[in-house]
Amino acid sequence: MLARSADGPSAAEYEGAFVMIAIVDYGAGNLTSVKKAIDHVGAESRITSSPEAIVCATKIILPGVGHFSSTKKLGESGMRAAVSEAMERGVPFLGICLGLQWMLQSSQEAPEVRGLGIWPARCERFPAEVKAPHVGWNQLRIRNGSSRILNGVGDGAFVYFTHSFRVPLLNSTTAECEYGGSFSAVLEKDNLFGVQFHPEKSGAAGLKLLRNFCTL
Amino acid sequence: MLTKRIIACLDIDSGRVVKGIKFLNLRDAGDPAELAAAHSEAGADEIVLLDILATHENRSTLLETVRRTARQLFIPFTVGGGIRSQEDAGAIFDAGADKVSINSSALADPGLITRIASRFGSQAVIVAIDAKRVNGGFQAFTGGGRISSGRDAITWAKDAEQSGAGEILVTSMDRDGTREGFDCELTRAITESVRIPVIASGGAGGAKDFIELFRQGAADAALAASIFHFDLTSDHRSSGGALADLKQQLLAAGIPVRWPC
Repeated sequence: MLARSADGPSAAEYEGAFVMIAIVDYGAGNLTSVKKAIDHVGAESRITSSPEAIVCATKIILPGVGHFSSTKKLGESGMRAAVSEAMERGVPFLGICLGLQWMLQSSQEAPEVRGLGIWPARCERFPAEVKAPHVGWNQLRIRNGSSRILNGVGDGAFVYFTHSFRVPLLNSTTAECEYGGSFSAVLEKDNLFGVQFHPEKSGAAGLKLLRNFCTL
Repeated sequence: MLTKRIIACLDIDSGRVVKGIKFLNLRDAGDPAELAAAHSEAGADEIVLLDILATHENRSTLLETVRRTARQLFIPFTVGGGIRSQEDAGAIFDAGADKVSINSSALADPGLITRIASRFGSQAVIVAIDAKRVNGGFQAFTGGGRISSGRDAITWAKDAEQSGAGEILVTSMDRDGTREGFDCELTRAITESVRIPVIASGGAGGAKDFIELFRQGAADAALAASIFHFDLTSDHRSSGGALADLKQQLLAAGIPVRWPC
């Protein structure tokens, strides 16, 4: 992006709408589908593990599936510091699935691993009476109608989940989901957003949410 | 409420969707990318591409098909057939699939499940089991259902879960292609033995079979092929109608499904 700026602003920068989004790769799963969905909504993005690229990005998406302990790599590689710095500067950030869970203080899944602590809470196991992981299409219950990222995503919209741990309901929860009790499906605080489901796999509703994020 | 998934399976060979009864009389049914997008549009909750012959020579054709299909698909997308190593799975994920389905190669080497799951996550690994009734029990078969593995299908499902499988896809060889309904007894036996989601396949004829499956078989999802895309390739191209009709009938029967999408 910097190299491109030296040649003059890109078409995207002229329009002021879409500039480069960093999709953070820390080895937790396959990021191709996130990149593909961002391409589809018309934004420019790059999959990267470079703290420099993260610091320069105009927006950051941190996807991820799997075990909470895999977020340790973010701390070891300098990516955690880069993300924190960008967040403090007000850069819009979207955590997806494990990426959302990492925004909390910790998780029962790996109690020794420290999350970012944006929200002072802990990810919990599902209660024993329901099957875990929670896999499939479930409905959003919108708790805050003025959410920017949920603009145009209706109450009751179906989205695709696949996770074994969950975030409890918090003051910042803007949409919840019901599976063995209610949990947070979407959390927001200023420039920071987290979604438990996979918007890149959630059909039209998911693409709408990603488009909202890309045009913030 | 978590909904029951309806998964559309497209059998492919050499980059084309084909349809036949028990591997006979294969006939061309169209372009995988186009058909996958049409099924998604019509209300399918997930798409599976199954490379039915899975020859080594066709590997690059398959990857190109996966790439083209993934480009316009924004629902979960699984690819199965001929995945024998973590590298094979990696190439499928790079091409844009979300999950792989492994069958014979997992039976031959259960460590493969663990290797793929540890690198890409359990949610990315479906273990497919072809089960047939033998002497009052269910046995797992390989080689497209022709060769008995000598293993009990239920025990194998539990072992696959232990090895790191994220979902089990169980196909009844007795019902496959018959349109006589799913084998609910088989499905329930597996569902009660594992904690991961179970997808049932084999025997779907009409909406009543799906209703019975979700009530009696306690499946989390149902996979079917012919009842959807035979319609799509007919003169009426009415697959959308078939899926919509199925989901409406499921809703009317009190079974939660994603509808309208």
